[in-house]
Amino acid sequence: MPGTPLSTLHPGEIATIVAIHAEEALHLRLLALGFRSGKRVELIRKANFSGPLQVRIGTTDVMLRRSEAAKITVCKA
Amino acid sequence: MKRIALLGMPNTGKSTLFNRMTGGAARVGNWPGITVELLSGKILLGGDMVEIIDLPGIYDLHGFSDDEQVVRHFLHDNVPDLALVILNATQIERQMSLLLQLKQLDMNVVVLLNMADEAKKYGISIDSKKMTELLDMPIFLISGKYGTGYAEAMQVATKALRYPTPGMAEQLRSQLEQDEHIEAEMARVMKHAVQIPAQLPDSLTEKLDRVMLHPWLGLPIFFGIMYLLFQGIFFIGQPLQIGVGDTLVWLRGSALEPMLSGLPVWLSGLLLDGIYNGVATVAAFVPIIILFFLFMAMVEDSGYLSRAAFLMDALMARLGLDGRGFVMLLMGFGCNVPALMGTRVMRSRAMRLLTMLVIPFSLCSARLQVFVFITAALFSPQAAPLVLFSLYLFSFAAAILTSILFKGKFKNNEPFVLELPPYRFPTGRQMVMRGRLEVKHFLNRATKFIVAGVVLVWLLTNLPSSAVPASADTLAGMIGAFLNPLFAPLGINEQLTIALIFGFVAKEIVIGSLAVIYGLGGEALGGALAHQLDWVQAYSFMLFTLIYTPCLSAIATLRSESKNLGFTAFVIAWSLALAWLASFTFYQGARALGF
Repeated sequence: MPGTPLSTLHPGEIATIVAIHAEEALHLRLLALGFRSGKRVELIRKANFSGPLQVRIGTTDVMLRRSEAAKITVCKA
Repeated sequence: MKRIALLGMPNTGKSTLFNRMTGGAARVGNWPGITVELLSGKILLGGDMVEIIDLPGIYDLHGFSDDEQVVRHFLHDNVPDLALVILNATQIERQMSLLLQLKQLDMNVVVLLNMADEAKKYGISIDSKKMTELLDMPIFLISGKYGTGYAEAMQVATKALRYPTPGMAEQLRSQLEQDEHIEAEMARVMKHAVQIPAQLPDSLTEKLDRVMLHPWLGLPIFFGIMYLLFQGIFFIGQPLQIGVGDTLVWLRGSALEPMLSGLPVWLSGLLLDGIYNGVATVAAFVPIIILFFLFMAMVEDSGYLSRAAFLMDALMARLGLDGRGFVMLLMGFGCNVPALMGTRVMRSRAMRLLTMLVIPFSLCSARLQVFVFITAALFSPQAAPLVLFSLYLFSFAAAILTSILFKGKFKNNEPFVLELPPYRFPTGRQMVMRGRLEVKHFLNRATKFIVAGVVLVWLLTNLPSSAVPASADTLAGMIGAFLNPLFAPLGINEQLTIALIFGFVAKEIVIGSLAVIYGLGGEALGGALAHQLDWVQAYSFMLFTLIYTPCLSAIATLRSESKNLGFTAFVIAWSLALAWLASFTFYQGARALGF
């Protein structure tokens, strides 16, 4: 199944991370927060006016900007 | 003295635990190898004095954020005898990577799995004995908030201190890069010792978030909460501030003045109007700072601050700031000083500096006093509210313009990925400790600077001794006359220029100084101003007062928070330049239009 960027998910959708194409600082931060390929993420909500996303990974809720979420490729479950 | 370092990820309750350990008796200090200050406290542990250091929360020992570098450099140059690693038990599945990174450093480690009470609620069960066995490190389940398991853990820490860390492995970095090994080991420990339910129960946090982060209700609720906080701080704070001020005036009149009456006039003037007034200026800030940090601790510890960041980020990202910066900017409308101190929640230095550059444009309550007096004297009761409202608009405009102009210069290069922790009830103890610490910090850092500034202005307005204080013959008067060519194009006369020099110390004394300069008080002063100035001049003066340097206390805070004299000078220079430009454009524009 082809991958889509995490930023295109709709609230309530669950997907599996396929790849992370981020620069080193962001990559390390995402790794530390539990973002790894094969992990399941749920998009909880999107803020208005192209604001940030709230994503649940494991037991942690994380907010990230759409530009950053675009660097994470996921595959819808 | 032996040293214990507290290590852990953000949102693990590390600072709460630090406060519990040190009983709030902490101080900030410098350490070799790093440029930021760290909190530390000395306590008696097993008959010996031990120093405990609270390191910044980090996600990754080999990350490159400012905080991660600080921790790495600290550990490199100040190997602690024991590292107390604090992990959030509810997020154990991802926090263990940090623990395993630390394990490879060959450090003497005791692990505290904090928030055990919350983990239990989520149905996460952790077998600490099994985990101790697998990791070969002492591991304890505790609740820093309620103190469960704390005594036992401290006993083990005391024992562990007898066998201090042998030294730091030199191949630290190369070892740390063995991510794959860490992942495999994580999986092994998780599989054997931890069970997490597949779907977390629909928690209170989720229900609250559905309202607090609602697409349309979220922002109104946010502004409502901010408004309440703001009102709360000033509803309680202003009477306290006035009370402190009145007490100090009373003390001066009933005790100090009679006591010093034998001294020469210039000396008692210097002591009372210079030094004592300087101390009083500082003291007046104390109640506001205590309240601000009590309320901020509530907003931060409850988990709402990161929600505010979520709500405001769409706008703030375009200004090069983040949502937390907006909260501080709003708080600055009460008082700039605690708002500047509050920027510490931002971990990226560039973004923090940009926020500190912007906050001084917030129209604080002290400036409001000046504007209320002048608008009442020069504008009709119908026009006065509009004039005040327009000044608020200018305040926002100056902040937005500044952040747009300088966001390229203070480029934030840290990824903006923020945890949204579950909502928690902050404990009163946490809040009180926070308030106490911040006041201590402010007093330590600001007092000397502010007193020196007040004395300097007193000297300027009282020398030479033959001149009438604050008159045109004093040094301040001469500076006023000297600066006149610069201020005349703004419609600001010499007397008002002297008042602006006073305003450098604190906006609260601008009206008082005008009373001294004109030799008139209250309504008579208002009448004199109305007689001498037209509304264009008065508005130009108010614009300048709004935009230029807020006050000495804010400058002292800027300097101590940024630890950079150059940056502080830049903030002052930029605000003066912008104030001049704004007043000039307004005054000349209005005159050109025939007003």
